[in-house]
Amino acid sequence: MSAAAGGRATRGLRGAGHAGLLALFVIFTAFPFYWMLITAFKRTSDLLTRANNPFVFNEPPTLENLRVLFEETLYLRWLWNTAFVGVVVTAITLVLAVPAGYALARLAGRWGERLGIAIFLTYLVPPTLLFIPMARIISDLGLQDSLWSLVLVYPSFTVPFCTWLLMGFFKAIPRDLEEAAMIDGHSRLGAFLRVVVPISVAGILTVIIFSFTLVTQEFVYALTFISTAREFTVSVGVPTFLVHGDVYFWGSIMAGCFIASVPIAVLYNVFVDRFIAGFTMGAVK
Amino acid sequence: MSRGVATAAPEARVGPAARPRVWSALIDRPEWLGSLMIAPAVLYIVLVVGVPFFLALYYSLSDITMGSRTLGFVGLDNFASVVRTSKFKTALWNTFVFAISAQVAVMVLANILALALIKDFRGKWLVRLLILLPWVAPISLGTIGWLWILDSTYSVLNWTLEALGFVPEYGGFMWLGVPHLAMGSVVAIHVWRILPLATVIILAGLTSIPHDIHDAAQVDGAGFWRHTFQITLPLIRPILLVAGLFGLVLAFTDMIVIFVLTRGGPYDTTQVLASLAFFTGIQAGDLAEGAAIAVFLFPLLVAVAILFLRVARRTEVV
Repeated sequence: MSAAAGGRATRGLRGAGHAGLLALFVIFTAFPFYWMLITAFKRTSDLLTRANNPFVFNEPPTLENLRVLFEETLYLRWLWNTAFVGVVVTAITLVLAVPAGYALARLAGRWGERLGIAIFLTYLVPPTLLFIPMARIISDLGLQDSLWSLVLVYPSFTVPFCTWLLMGFFKAIPRDLEEAAMIDGHSRLGAFLRVVVPISVAGILTVIIFSFTLVTQEFVYALTFISTAREFTVSVGVPTFLVHGDVYFWGSIMAGCFIASVPIAVLYNVFVDRFIAGFTMGAVK
Repeated sequence: MSRGVATAAPEARVGPAARPRVWSALIDRPEWLGSLMIAPAVLYIVLVVGVPFFLALYYSLSDITMGSRTLGFVGLDNFASVVRTSKFKTALWNTFVFAISAQVAVMVLANILALALIKDFRGKWLVRLLILLPWVAPISLGTIGWLWILDSTYSVLNWTLEALGFVPEYGGFMWLGVPHLAMGSVVAIHVWRILPLATVIILAGLTSIPHDIHDAAQVDGAGFWRHTFQITLPLIRPILLVAGLFGLVLAFTDMIVIFVLTRGGPYDTTQVLASLAFFTGIQAGDLAEGAAIAVFLFPLLVAVAILFLRVARRTEVV
């Protein structure tokens, strides 16, 4: 009886410990985003009075920060730039990675496996090694300060990762499906286009989300190639242009960070398991 | 021509076979079709990764600047002059301090967090989303949140410490303004950013362990520590290696957190090779010297690539 009660107490204690541990981690990871949200609606005078308790609204909340962000900064323009680059890069990525992923999965045999790994390894080559020669190439091409420079360079990391991901995806499709289509008179290419692509919508959607989020996250190349405020993407515009001014409008800055990051984060979150699966392909069986 | 006839004829149903002979011979042979489908992607990668990669090596041996029209070959001069500067020595040392301390902390915390997350509990999806936020949100924007949290005058951390009486009024820390503290801060924020990725990778490994292994350990009377350190962790070693290697590459080569928070300051105490390469090569326009600094990252990447290939081979990738 008392042993059972003791067991329950231990279990309860362990449950509380577990919850407490997770709570600490959640505070660590999510606090900055909560802080962005609350700061976005505070008046500047509230933020800049040291005596105020920063965790509560000492003055009534305001929408002024959002108005300043959208009307008096280039924020909307940056969002638009980011979307533009994202869409074009995603299109290029699909055109290159879908056929390559399929060919590596089905047509190239043993040799394809090696090539697949080689392609994945290029994803690990960091921009910090490449951005110096890239800067010179971009300036020789006359693409400095142009969003097209980003369109040209971003597939260098979206294509390797997405090819690798699609290769795994296509491998999981039963060969019988294509063979049946080929017996029906389709060529290999016809079978790929009419049978394999339509049933791979989920994989292709994953690739679209990834290349879009990877583009939104990129920082180093955009910082290197672009120096005109109007041509920034959002991930560079906010930290360099908004933060670096002499007057800090923390409310507007935080609003800008929150608006551009949380929707992307939620979208990415839906697909993150596939991202992990791509990384660990082979290491997890 | 013949194709037009074929399409018009009622046998058009066998269309795919009626293409011009050479083309169809190419398309129907798997190895040719395969090469044709891979070629564009490989070509693109060679042009935008391969070429700049070798250019980086070449630039590091030249005297190129942003505006120069000619390019002279200077051998190892750049390396010789770079290595002598105290800025470089500081950055090299900082790179190792930054990368290794951040990555050790990430691996320890990620293992703890992954073990805590493997249990089922209510609201797990929400906890997972909140823990993943730093990884899935654009890094530079998330880091600005910290810039405000660690502000020299209005830091919420200092306010809390003052309110709790740990520090006197106006006695709060200059989180990003004092040498050692600034390094501590950027390491902590880098950990914040990588922790979610390492956690979900390790979690994927943990969930792949078959249940009977855990059951058998239970039956044999293994306690929590023994179970964790002698059964669970050894089983997920390959995946720990993947998480560790990827994190290490990011920690050694990434400069976003440092650029946003300190720009290498105060007095270069948080300057790392990646950020120094940026400031030298791009902002000061000395491409050759910038490239020489960046190339110091190269041996490290080779080591990581080799390790990765080993893991891939041992587990017979895919």
